[in-house]
Amino acid sequence: MDLRDIQSIRAVIARGKRWDVIFSLLGLLALMTGVLTFVALFADMTIQGAPRLSLDFFTNFPSRRAGEAGILSAWVGTTLVMLTTAMAAVPLGVAAGVYLEEYAPKNWVTDVIEINVTNLAGVPSIVYGLLALGLFVYQFGLGQSILSAGLTLALLILPIVIVATRESIRAIPQVIREGAYALGATPWQTVRDHILPYSSAGILTGVIIGMARAIGETAPIITIGALTFIAFLPPAPYQETLPFFNFDWLMAPFTVMPIQMFNWTSRPEAAFQANAAAAGFVLVLMTLAMNGLAIFLRYRLRRNIKW
Amino acid sequence: METTANAEQLVAKAQAQNLSFYYSDYQALKSINMTVHEKKVTALIGPSGCGKSTLLRCFNRMHDLYPGNRYEGGIRLHPDNTDLLSPDVDPIEVRMRISMVFQKPNPFPKSIYENVAYGLRVRGVNKRVILDEKVEEALRDAALWDEVKERLDDLASNLSGGQQQRLCIARALATEPEMILFDEPTSALDPIATANIEELISELKEKVTILIVTHNMQQAARVSDFTAYMYLGELVEFGATDQIFIKPQKKETEDYITGRFG
Ligand SMILES: Nc1ncnc2c1ncn2[C@@H]1O[C@H](COP(=O)(O)OP(=O)(O)OP(=O)(O)O)[C@@H](O)[C@H]1O
Ligand SMILES: [Mg+2]
Repeated sequence: MDLRDIQSIRAVIARGKRWDVIFSLLGLLALMTGVLTFVALFADMTIQGAPRLSLDFFTNFPSRRAGEAGILSAWVGTTLVMLTTAMAAVPLGVAAGVYLEEYAPKNWVTDVIEINVTNLAGVPSIVYGLLALGLFVYQFGLGQSILSAGLTLALLILPIVIVATRESIRAIPQVIREGAYALGATPWQTVRDHILPYSSAGILTGVIIGMARAIGETAPIITIGALTFIAFLPPAPYQETLPFFNFDWLMAPFTVMPIQMFNWTSRPEAAFQANAAAAGFVLVLMTLAMNGLAIFLRYRLRRNIKW
Repeated sequence: METTANAEQLVAKAQAQNLSFYYSDYQALKSINMTVHEKKVTALIGPSGCGKSTLLRCFNRMHDLYPGNRYEGGIRLHPDNTDLLSPDVDPIEVRMRISMVFQKPNPFPKSIYENVAYGLRVRGVNKRVILDEKVEEALRDAALWDEVKERLDDLASNLSGGQQQRLCIARALATEPEMILFDEPTSALDPIATANIEELISELKEKVTILIVTHNMQQAARVSDFTAYMYLGELVEFGATDQIFIKPQKKETEDYITGRFG
């Protein structure tokens, strides 16, 4: 073949480009399979649940009559459990990630720990539920409480927080670290003034993605014994007298959104299916809102950082 | 202490004594003996990979940040004759006395003001009046004040490359170090910014001892009083810059300087 013959060069290019067309069509199809399935599911759920979506739905306790049943105890429970999860997982996960990146000596022990942390993210959530049942509920005597559930989910998302922390710390250029040390900063000053502020966007994103996963978790919460029907709220977190806040709610029994949904889907009456669909719609919105918050925070916090 | 022909007093600020350095098993510096004179500019030159940065980073114990690194011999810092490399000496103490400017400008993603103030904050200085005064003084000394005085709260990353490097110099100056280490401070800059930094370095030696690594021989000739030529981890020749560039004692030095090698 004459390598300089313009006709044959064009033929080769055309043959190569055919594959680009074929692949982009296949890729688009693959993408659409995922996106369209979700859109169809979400649309179906919305249509089915729409008639139930009113203010009453949010302010009513569950009830034997489908038309009067609401998700008050479920969304309050979910909110409080998520709060507990975040309070436990963020300090633990960030501290562990910072320790591994900035303090831990690099040897085989830390290598083993590292591999284990990564693998923990793949452990089925029900295993955490079982662990928590033995440890938190019975051993520590925390009972079937918001605290037990929050700690269980914290355990579940801890690897996600640790990995996100480590990755965003690793993205900080070494010359920035050296710049701080060269001025006489101690490791802690470097972490407090540089490492944490510059990695906070990535850490927050990781935390929120972890929380978005935890919010829909059902199995571990059922395992530790959350109620499926509950018609009262936990004690309020604030009070009229000093010190104005109160943590009794941590020990209260509770239910969460996915369990409420699960409970309604297992009823034979069609009216309850509409309730389940409406609750599912709310749950998906909660998750999407969290992801939106993650995107917003990442944008805000990274505005000043260019690398 | 030695005396030159025109009776100018030379005071030793730092002395490397039989200094060897190892990256794990790899010996990057071989028994270096060298004196850095007070309030003079000393340049380290030599081909890529000869150990210039490695030697420079011994002076502020930067190598302590990474595992497996090992020093042998010592660096005496005067007037107190402290051995900087002694295990009894805290590397943080060393870095508080000797600051460093890096090859690429590396301002923190903070305001111009906070960049300069950071070294002081590390030392527990948090009073606004003191910080204001020191920040202004450092920025003036780094010939940056007039360009940034209106926008001290702007992000440092909005400055040009040359301005960023002068900001890093101001940051290093703000803590009144006894000595400043420069590792190829102009290699990422254009000729005009380079000329500014060179001029600045010549002015700074009134106040502080300077050790500078450079790839650029004209730069060494322009800014330094003393020059050390290194090759393969060894110090081949050390002397007054004029002497090294006009009549080097060693053939290898001459070959490198005249561009026959390197
Ligand atoms: N972290 C490291 N681990 C192992 N070897 C290293 C490390 N850093 C540098 N070296 C080696 O040590 C020798 C000296 O490197 P150094 O960076 O001091 O050279 P240099 O003179 O500054 O070169 P350049 O002009 O290219 O910056 C080189 O052979 C290099 O490969
Ligand atoms: Mg170098």
